[in-house]
Amino acid sequence: MKIKSQKDFFAGLMFLAVGIAFAWGAVTYSVGEGARMGPGYFPLMLGIVMSILGAVLALKATIVETEGGDKIGKWAWKPLAFIILANLAFGVLLGGLPSIGLPPMGLIVGIYALTIIASLAGEKFKLTPTLILATVLAIGSYVAFIWALKLQMAVWPTFITG
Amino acid sequence: MELFSHLSMGFGVAFTPINLLYAFIGCVLGTLIGVLPGIGPVATIAMLLPATYALPPVSALIMLAGIYYGAQYGGSTTAILVNLPGESSSVVTVIDGYQMARKGRAGPALAAAGLGSFFAGCVGTVILAAFAPPLTELAFKFGPAEYFSLMTLGLIGAVVLASGSLLKAVAMIVLGLLLGLVGTDVNSGVARYSFDIPELTDGIGFVAIAMGVFGYGEIIANLATPEEDREVFTAKVQGLMPTKEDFKRMVPAVLRGTAIGSALGILPGGGALLAAFAAYTIEKKTKLQPGEVPFGQGNIRGVASPESANNAGSQTSFIPLLTLGIPPNAVMALMVGAMTIHNIQPGPQVMTSNPELFWGLIASMWIGNAMLVILNLPLIGMWIKLLSVPYKYLFPSIVLFCAVGVYTTNNNTFDVWMVGAFGVIGYIFHKLGCEPAPLLLGFILGPMMEENLRRALLLSRGDWSVFVTRPISAGLLAAALLLLIIVLLPSVKAKREEAFVED
Repeated sequence: MKIKSQKDFFAGLMFLAVGIAFAWGAVTYSVGEGARMGPGYFPLMLGIVMSILGAVLALKATIVETEGGDKIGKWAWKPLAFIILANLAFGVLLGGLPSIGLPPMGLIVGIYALTIIASLAGEKFKLTPTLILATVLAIGSYVAFIWALKLQMAVWPTFITG
Repeated sequence: MELFSHLSMGFGVAFTPINLLYAFIGCVLGTLIGVLPGIGPVATIAMLLPATYALPPVSALIMLAGIYYGAQYGGSTTAILVNLPGESSSVVTVIDGYQMARKGRAGPALAAAGLGSFFAGCVGTVILAAFAPPLTELAFKFGPAEYFSLMTLGLIGAVVLASGSLLKAVAMIVLGLLLGLVGTDVNSGVARYSFDIPELTDGIGFVAIAMGVFGYGEIIANLATPEEDREVFTAKVQGLMPTKEDFKRMVPAVLRGTAIGSALGILPGGGALLAAFAAYTIEKKTKLQPGEVPFGQGNIRGVASPESANNAGSQTSFIPLLTLGIPPNAVMALMVGAMTIHNIQPGPQVMTSNPELFWGLIASMWIGNAMLVILNLPLIGMWIKLLSVPYKYLFPSIVLFCAVGVYTTNNNTFDVWMVGAFGVIGYIFHKLGCEPAPLLLGFILGPMMEENLRRALLLSRGDWSVFVTRPISAGLLAAALLLLIIVLLPSVKAKREEAFVED
């Protein structure tokens, strides 16, 4: 067996696996019948449909020729890691992490951390323009979210404001 | 005339200072994100949803609608001047628009796009105002079986719209439907797929999915492709006025584009993108007049027609949403989210229970279109400057807005983790060539479909034939089947793939 379209093959496997997982989960709830559907009925149906679609897609990918094998290509680990990390850092700093005893550090600290980490995802990283961008974003967010829209969130670290 | 009394009430609502202000903000934002490549109306509306909590519902919807049709205006600017679609629906505008700019005719191209869009926007609004009431009457005759069939038709329509593999698009819809089922089942109270996480019993946040997949996923994918050199025609825009000759060619193209766009916007699964493609294809089929520039080399009709079509389509795609409560595309799915945030159940009852909202929104679209012409033609220079903002400053800002936006939906960091997770998932979709728009539509329709299927079968005592014995339901299913057959026809299939090649 030779994979003729890498993208389709792995997409098919993904749908197959997720479909089976959902169908599996559905049978742990009461399924019922058409006239009296249980909470498991509709997800079981959809899970089965999705696994079939996934299987057909994967199978088709081993049969139908494509140009150049439809390769998935290299994964962009660097942007992926830094963007997600920036997001996580922002969440942790904004809300705090009680399990390690980190108090909420607030919006402003979060913005600086997010901007710096996210900028590392780009091709060239320069600290000074990034800090300027972070400052602009911090002031802009303060004006837009806190001052104008009056959203409720910690702005400064709680150990300062109390 | 009832229509006029309704419209005058609508204008009364839309002309209040606060609503004019929000229409203006929406139009400016829409143009902004339309001009900037790499960020579309779906991500922007998702970002701004949380910010609309504090606003009155009419103002919120007026602003969000402005973003959608505003993006259709802004997208053409980038397409013409930079050879990049600023917005997915201006993909075909690139072909002839950029060629016109290279020949020093960027001004007339921009004017054709702007004026065409304005005309189409006005017509689209009138169609929306005229067709909404009779369709609402029809909607009241709908039972659960009809709703289920209509949603099936809508989802099939979304598949036809999706670029690339049909099979993948269907699978993405089903995945969306399944993700929509996560959370507490309304009938039995069972928390499905929530893994004992309290936040998940309320379901997955719509904003988290939309921002993760469309915001983060796109950014990661964009950063992975190295920045290419772009030739920007900034200094050369002068003489906006098209010549008399241009007008003669533009006018029929604009009329055709408007007609196609209005029709395709109403169809489930339709909207701005499909409209633009169809309009360009038809324009290319018409005969060239003597002395006319061929298509692909800077024909003004190739700009005027798709730009009119995408704007008309973006207006009329509000019809299924406002009359039936069923979103025909991903942006309208977000509008459902916006309406539910404000405790408005989208559907035929909106017109009777919230007439100010309904007619105010429609009237605001006309005002918004007038604002957009002014924003986009005399003030074009301002937007051109924006095109020089490098992406390296843009993307950290987008990440920040997504993170802040998603946090404020529930003031809970759990949503921030979710948006991160969906960012990874969105990038996986991108790598595997799975288009995410159908997923979002499925996600919104999932709970609605289950509920209507359940009710329909409860009423028929488990007899599935109810879907084909009720005439409206049978008609809708037949339409869905027909749509599927048409797409699968070998000749149409080849054409469709050809049309999406530039995507």
